[in-house]
Amino acid sequence: MRPYEPYTPKTRFEKWLHERLPIVELLYDTLMIPTPKNLNWMWIWGIVLAFTLAMQIATGIALAMHYKPDVGLAFASVEKIMRDVNAGWALRYFHANGASLFFLAVYLHIFRGIYYGSYKSPREVTWIIGMLIYFVMMATAFMGYVLPWGQMSFWGATVITGLFGAIPGIGETIQTWLLGGPSVGDPTLNRFFALHYLLPFVLVGLVILHIWAFHHTGNNNPAGVDPRREAEGLKKDTLPFWPYFVIKDLFALAIVLVVFVAIVGFMPNFLGDPINYEEANPLKTPAHIVPEWYFLPFYAILRAFTSDVWVVQFFNWISGGIIDAKFFGVLAMFGAIIALVLLPWLDTSRVRSGRYRPMFKWWFWLLVLDFVVLTWAGSQKPEGLVPTISLIAASYWFAFFFVILPLLGIFEKPLPQPQTIEEDFEAHLAGKAE
Amino acid sequence: MKIRTVLIAALAAFGLGAPVAAGEEGHVKDFSFSFEGPFGVYDRAQLRRGLQVYLEVCSACHGLKYVPFRALGDPDGPALGEKAVKEIAAQYEVMDPDSGEMRPAKPSDYFPRSPNPKAPDLSLMAKARAGFHGPMGLGINQIVYGMGGPEYIASLLTGFTGEEKEEAGQTFYENRTFPIGWIAMPPVLSGEDVEYADGTKATAEQEAQDVAAFLMWAAEPKMMARKRMGFVGVVYLVLLASLLYLTNKTLWAAVKRRREKAAAES
Repeated sequence: MRPYEPYTPKTRFEKWLHERLPIVELLYDTLMIPTPKNLNWMWIWGIVLAFTLAMQIATGIALAMHYKPDVGLAFASVEKIMRDVNAGWALRYFHANGASLFFLAVYLHIFRGIYYGSYKSPREVTWIIGMLIYFVMMATAFMGYVLPWGQMSFWGATVITGLFGAIPGIGETIQTWLLGGPSVGDPTLNRFFALHYLLPFVLVGLVILHIWAFHHTGNNNPAGVDPRREAEGLKKDTLPFWPYFVIKDLFALAIVLVVFVAIVGFMPNFLGDPINYEEANPLKTPAHIVPEWYFLPFYAILRAFTSDVWVVQFFNWISGGIIDAKFFGVLAMFGAIIALVLLPWLDTSRVRSGRYRPMFKWWFWLLVLDFVVLTWAGSQKPEGLVPTISLIAASYWFAFFFVILPLLGIFEKPLPQPQTIEEDFEAHLAGKAE
Repeated sequence: MKIRTVLIAALAAFGLGAPVAAGEEGHVKDFSFSFEGPFGVYDRAQLRRGLQVYLEVCSACHGLKYVPFRALGDPDGPALGEKAVKEIAAQYEVMDPDSGEMRPAKPSDYFPRSPNPKAPDLSLMAKARAGFHGPMGLGINQIVYGMGGPEYIASLLTGFTGEEKEEAGQTFYENRTFPIGWIAMPPVLSGEDVEYADGTKATAEQEAQDVAAFLMWAAEPKMMARKRMGFVGVVYLVLLASLLYLTNKTLWAAVKRRREKAAAES
């Protein structure tokens, strides 16, 4: 699959290097990879994510040079960064808001994948590596949020590590092992700092695998049909990544960064919890403990299954009391994420793109709405209508993955799909250009 | 300011909400500050007045431990002269880290911790508190009205109703802004608590806003540098995005035209 000029070393140095390590050829082939020419604007989030990862690592390393992972010094060292380190305020605000950009982009990237069936054969491994990236991102973000050692850092860490304590029997041992003590303290902060520094490099490795995997299978595309195999058809269906998609992605990235820089410059604390500007105090519980916005959907699912829900009572009964409401909530939260991993096998439809799936479309948009509702529900105190709304929304999340998707493949009658990418390109994109 | 009015009108039209949160959140009044919005800057005279209120009233109980005296000379802050900074520092005694003895503070030292251990440190209070959480707890109001930290402080200082109660040997004062309604801090501003050097009339509301502005600066001394960065960043990125847009359009035009040529030939 190489419809473009192969790499030929030109200078003597290139020839010399090429015989020993063909790295320039590797870069060349990566950059010139044939890419479906009908990719739409939802295919830009990968670049945004790659950029954000690089930005987080760059700002993070600079911050780590000034940060002190010690419960007595952490909060003050962050204030020193904000006040006395050259452009320290910029580093920290870019890094803190960078986490939000990272998750916003990853959610759009994931939902794009769901809509266009990017997880389907032969891209299951790309999808699973992507999900691993998402888990590691969540772990990294969670531990990073503990580092400033504010009130919500401390209490968020206490609540989330407490989830492991809900595992029957061995839970408390695991929790103590994770924390390095009976409660969140100095050993916790130290190891969270060590891991927060390590995991981004694990992410880099996973990202390389993710890119390798989809470069091997080729990109999915909005039509969901594969590029033609023979040279002539391939040339009509695809364009080289450079310059067509590099320039397009950079343009999109620039637009995203306009908004991002405006938020960092003009309202950098909008997405954070004000109470985190108060130093951690183990003796003073905040009135309302909430995670950062990007964890809220799963936090809502965690809280949705209270002991008065019949499913919880049923499982409590058949497990002989081992699964209580708290443990059920933990299982539900992790289950909600596992559902995403299993997606390639839960979706029974052979049509990739949601564009040609008239029923799936509706359920998909309902899932997006569900995600938004869960985010909101997670941010609210669990009183009034919130628990009911959370329960309905959490139930739909599971229903979508475990009931609706498997059944849709059987009952849905797909619309006719285009034969080739070229056909789709001309129908959707080419005409609008002039 | 005009955009702001339009936005407020639009929000009101959708029933989304008055800038005032009621109930448990406490009442936060939307005071107007010079540093609001993307182009807002600190008012140097106001910061100096607020510093005076802090020094003469608040500092009796509250500390400012993350703020060094030297910061009072920052051109983006109160911008006091070298001599004035030294004089303010010299009012405090600190322990010399080398000799271990008490000596008058120097500009490189920090404001002391709270003299009253029950009074919270105020260095970050303007960022540790917020208002305008609505509608529906979405925080969209904060985009329009700002985070509400200084507004919270000014509201709290002017929010006492005059009611008191005794509980477990401590006096609590009813306050419209404080989330649980009763606060251990007594009302401290009644007007004419300080005599402003610049001749501004020291009403309680004026003092409250001045000290709230000063505490916002104390919490976010680099705000003006940050907004300049934001402005420059946005301008350059818009420029870059425009150039990339044109590049992209030119680049793809050839690909999109090929099809028309093919259609014309067939």
